[in-house]
Amino acid sequence: MNQNEIIEDFPLLQNRNLAYLDSGATTQKPIQVINTIDKFYENNNANPHRGAYSLSIEATEEYENTRTKIAKFINAKHREEIIFSKNATESLNLIAYSYGLDNLKQDDEIVLSIMEHHSNLVPWQKVVKTTGAKLNYMYINEEFELSDEEIESKITDKTKIVGITHVSNVLGTINNVEKIIKYAHKKGAIVVVDASQSIPHMKIDVQKLNADFLVFSGHKMLAPLGIGILYGKKELLNKMNPFLMGGDMIEYVYEQDTTFAPLPNKFEAGTQNVEGVIGLGAAIDYIENLGYDKIAEIEEEVVEYAREKLSELDFITLYMTPNKENHQAVISFNINGVHPHDVASILDSCGVCVRSGNHCAQPLMRFLGIDSTCRASFYFYNTKDEVDKLVEALKKAYEMFRKYMQ
Amino acid sequence: MEDLTDVYNELIMEHSMNSYNKKELENADFCELGHNPNCGDEITLEVKMNGNIIEDMAFHGHGCAISQASTSIMIDTLKGKTVEEAKEIVKTFIEMIKRETKSEEELQKLEDAIALKNISNMPARVKCALLAWHTLENIFEKL
Repeated sequence: MNQNEIIEDFPLLQNRNLAYLDSGATTQKPIQVINTIDKFYENNNANPHRGAYSLSIEATEEYENTRTKIAKFINAKHREEIIFSKNATESLNLIAYSYGLDNLKQDDEIVLSIMEHHSNLVPWQKVVKTTGAKLNYMYINEEFELSDEEIESKITDKTKIVGITHVSNVLGTINNVEKIIKYAHKKGAIVVVDASQSIPHMKIDVQKLNADFLVFSGHKMLAPLGIGILYGKKELLNKMNPFLMGGDMIEYVYEQDTTFAPLPNKFEAGTQNVEGVIGLGAAIDYIENLGYDKIAEIEEEVVEYAREKLSELDFITLYMTPNKENHQAVISFNINGVHPHDVASILDSCGVCVRSGNHCAQPLMRFLGIDSTCRASFYFYNTKDEVDKLVEALKKAYEMFRKYMQ
Repeated sequence: MEDLTDVYNELIMEHSMNSYNKKELENADFCELGHNPNCGDEITLEVKMNGNIIEDMAFHGHGCAISQASTSIMIDTLKGKTVEEAKEIVKTFIEMIKRETKSEEELQKLEDAIALKNISNMPARVKCALLAWHTLENIFEKL
């Protein structure tokens, strides 16, 4: 399958003449995913787990089969280790509330990397404020990476939870989570991995990583908006209290007390986003049919080309590791002396979509000594032509500002 | 997409890149921080009053060309005006940017600030253009 054929699967990319370089925010959706959702509503829609009639049972089967598919996709040991949520943010809140609040005490430590998205940072602030634990950070070196020394000096015997993004949504740095997990376990800590930016691009094997918890959002990997995944080791999830209370997460409800359903229903209160789940199933089929090897092959070529072309522009600053084997799909940059919002507006006028701002990573921005960046993020439907379009638009933006620079 | 040279025009570029209003005021009566948490733009607006008249204003801080230029042009436009006149201009400016306006005639009282009119076609940038003006409104509430 060549790239042109792949692009034909994406209606929006056909309908709009845009260089869409914001897949780190959300990906476009292939027709296979869109059609699967349509078919569900046209043929199988009912409330799973609720009806004794065959239509509801079919909906239940589609919903639960997708859970099994996701478990296989990330190589979870048990299907009930897969919990559906709204997005990675909700999954992280579930862990913070149901594990963090109940298991941490005064003087325990939570260690995060400075490159965490607010979603893997703000919930932990709530946990430390409530429990009296401490929040410590692992900082990046001048190559925008976490060094082994930094990891080993920050994760200590007092550390109970380590939160780490697999790939930074700002820097594109790939963190060696396997190593971090191994070290954290040696110190007796559990590790929460945010795989939101990695799973669209690379195979995740939760057993090989030995992650305790791992989260991601469907919409960054071709699925619809509003569906997220929490993976947790069964023995941890079993011991945790429910996060949200309500229908379908119960066993017996009395006037004053309730017993809860076993996994996974314990963590899925209320009617779920069934179309999202089924859409995510179709997205996984798409990724598996295309194959991670093919995705990597296309992206390595296009992203490498972008790295090269952007490095040639002497008026921009890049926030990116020089070690390309540790870098993936996301390139943050600034035109020197020009605010990223102005750059993004001018790029937009040239049909190039990039994100500008702090990318929900204010502590990282502060650490880098900047307020914001522009961010181009790539997926397998992006082309070298689009990189050229980006580079031309950047030259135009710089020209507009250059003559006013003192 | 439209060409953005009508948004990033000469006046806006001069004010954003090299504003003479970007400085500290001595003896300011009011000093108000305005910020857009989503984009990180932050300005501090200083105002010196003389009775009911805005005698002088200045700003410092950081942000995009549009927020910087809008702040500087606002200062030029409102310096020397009474509070009542200024309030009326602020109201008209906000209406212009939010596309809730108004006759060309009414827009004339905005003086140079009319140069920011095309930002009303860029929904993503409206809050950049309004940052200083909302900050000044906060100061007026303290009067």
